[in-house]
Amino acid sequence: MVLVWRNVSLMRLAFSKEDLKMEKMIKLTIDNKQIEVPHGTTIYEAAKELGIEIPTLCYMHLGDMGIEHKPGGCRICVVEVEGRRNLAPSCNSKCEEGMVIHTHNMRVLNARKTVMELMLSDHPFDCLVCAKSGNCDLQTMAHQFGVRELHYKGEQSTYKVDYSPSIIRDMDKCIMCRRCETMCNDVQTVGALSAVNRGFESVVAPAFEMDLEKSTCTYCGQCVAVCPTGALTEKDHTNQLIRDLADPKKTVVVQTAPAVRAALGEEFGMEAGTLVTGKMVSALRRLGFNSVFDTDFAADLTIMEEGTELLERLQKHLDGDKDVKLPILTSCCPGWVNFFEHHFPDMKDIPSTARSPQQMFGPIAKTYLADKMGVKREDMIVVSIMPCLAKKYECQRDEFKVDGDPDVNYSISTRELANLIKQANMDLTTLPEEDFDNPLGESTGAGVIFGATGGVIEAAARTAYEVYTGKTLEKVDFDALRGMEGIRSATVDFDGLPINIGIAHGLGNARKLLEDIRDGKSQYHAIEIMACPGGCIGGGGQPLHHGDSSILKKRAAALYREDEGKAIRKSHENPYIIKLYEEFLGKPCSELSHKLLHTHYFDKSNEIEIE
Amino acid sequence: MAKIKLAKSKVDTLVEICKSFNNEGSELINVLHKAQETFGYLPAEVQEIIARELNVAVAHVYGVVTFYSFFSMVPKGEFPISICMGTACYVRGAEKVLEEFKRQLDVPVGETTEDGKFSISCLRCVGACGLAPVVTIGERVYGRVAAGDVADIIKEYQS
Repeated sequence: MVLVWRNVSLMRLAFSKEDLKMEKMIKLTIDNKQIEVPHGTTIYEAAKELGIEIPTLCYMHLGDMGIEHKPGGCRICVVEVEGRRNLAPSCNSKCEEGMVIHTHNMRVLNARKTVMELMLSDHPFDCLVCAKSGNCDLQTMAHQFGVRELHYKGEQSTYKVDYSPSIIRDMDKCIMCRRCETMCNDVQTVGALSAVNRGFESVVAPAFEMDLEKSTCTYCGQCVAVCPTGALTEKDHTNQLIRDLADPKKTVVVQTAPAVRAALGEEFGMEAGTLVTGKMVSALRRLGFNSVFDTDFAADLTIMEEGTELLERLQKHLDGDKDVKLPILTSCCPGWVNFFEHHFPDMKDIPSTARSPQQMFGPIAKTYLADKMGVKREDMIVVSIMPCLAKKYECQRDEFKVDGDPDVNYSISTRELANLIKQANMDLTTLPEEDFDNPLGESTGAGVIFGATGGVIEAAARTAYEVYTGKTLEKVDFDALRGMEGIRSATVDFDGLPINIGIAHGLGNARKLLEDIRDGKSQYHAIEIMACPGGCIGGGGQPLHHGDSSILKKRAAALYREDEGKAIRKSHENPYIIKLYEEFLGKPCSELSHKLLHTHYFDKSNEIEIE
Repeated sequence: MAKIKLAKSKVDTLVEICKSFNNEGSELINVLHKAQETFGYLPAEVQEIIARELNVAVAHVYGVVTFYSFFSMVPKGEFPISICMGTACYVRGAEKVLEEFKRQLDVPVGETTEDGKFSISCLRCVGACGLAPVVTIGERVYGRVAAGDVADIIKEYQS
């Protein structure tokens, strides 16, 4: 069914392109302004062209990602079309020649307000203590429509709140916009969520209304990223962090993922794509962390380990070893790891065994760094700031614990960090710029670009090229690996040896590449996969984009800018990485590296036991 | 994730049903019909197998099963009682009849009595509006049923 749906939307796309070719234009009037649009344009889109933002709670269009969701379900976007008996939902009504449309006359405003009041009649009244308060589309619109009292009182739905390690589902707050379903099924092809039951009892839930934790959910958090209410939120670790920071016995160190610095500023009113690396570091220091480090350092370390593994497998392949598994798949993204463990367990020996940067940082901090600082493991708390909700789950995985103590104690999202900074009476915009601490704060441009789709494989290519060929790479920018297309491929010349590289972001795109591998059709040597559209910059823990996908592009551009400004842009040239290997690990993929920096994967598919 | 336990013969039957519909995801409703006809109901295990065979998400299968009142996740009773809630039956008092069945058998709609004898479900129009309100038990149709008739009807099946 999911497949069929996707085909339908593809067909729709094909039609509208065809229509464009025919250049059949339609003239209409919206709010007394005239406009000409191509056949097939919706009223909503035409109005947007005129700068008229019709409010909506269910419609979602992330153009660059090819993600569209217009069920016409919320009925907030209704407009009056002269001569039409009833109001039209503008998001899925097509423009017709000569239409005269009113988007804010009395009739429309009344209807919109009534629809809102009906929605609110089955919504809890706990805005003051809701995690989404201040960032909630439902709340914003209720305010905007001037709803000051509710005329409708009736039964309210009540569901058990579902707490997973990453995502909290409070379905009392669901308005059935079904954006989460589109993200989970059509974009990510995870299939964890579906609308179940009917009528008043209908709700979006995992199969058999079981907890998310028992479903095939990958914790990518894309459902949270698009939820217009407080129905889907992240598990919040800020209170835990405040407690730990206040404990004088504990040494609390922090690592910050690359994508955070490209988005955090948005929460403080800064333009999307503003880099706030230095300001973020000083904010973290002022919050009371003992040391402020960079996950980018661990990203460089990942390249050393994953790149070495890639070259080892490649060499075996070139030597004629038929058993060697190629392509190698990146393993930095915990949502992606969860995805193949659930959906492609037969292929769990294909991804690199290298842990993600977050999980490489943890054990290095709690061994190498703790030793240098003279701190006992049990007194050290490692916190990560991540654009991601799956990271919250990842750091709790049993294989990333030593005697029950997690390598990374917990992970907080970009959004949570923003709140924490505000809570500490700081305005990020006015803070001075400071540098990360060392030895785990120095990073190269290769580490920075991990946050954008294609970045990991570009970073790997920079190092693998030089290690394999023994030559210096003249141009470190691999432009062919960059961009926002869902699936991209490029061939990189390793001094006469063509290396085929594939890139997918969004799990639906990843699925296509995986199915090709399973069918023996894949020609790639290496593939980078990121669960979220756009890569980590579009992660489930980032400031909400409220449907504006240009924000993701700006964030990615910021990371490439930071890369360009770095003196060192290849992971293997990071002096602190070189030192780490000299002083501690020996060489990449050494025995100690394998123990601390590599992992293994599990079959999490639904086992069917036949009696 | 939960382990599924199901007898091999049942799994084989399900696989066969899915195959007869070419394992097409778009045939889900037909597959569910056939599966319910075969097993009497659609427990979670059956839905898991169907999802696997048709290559669709099990959440989606569950969504469809819970959407249509015809599909049931609990075994129907030996004597499945269906009360028509179509417009004609409804305006002629079907709701009172339904309430009476629920009260006398002490079981809500969609469930089965502990002894497995009776189950209650609602349906929309059996095409005998002239007989409204209509109740069907198994293949038998009762017309112009009043709440006061319910006790006698149940008695017919209790001996």
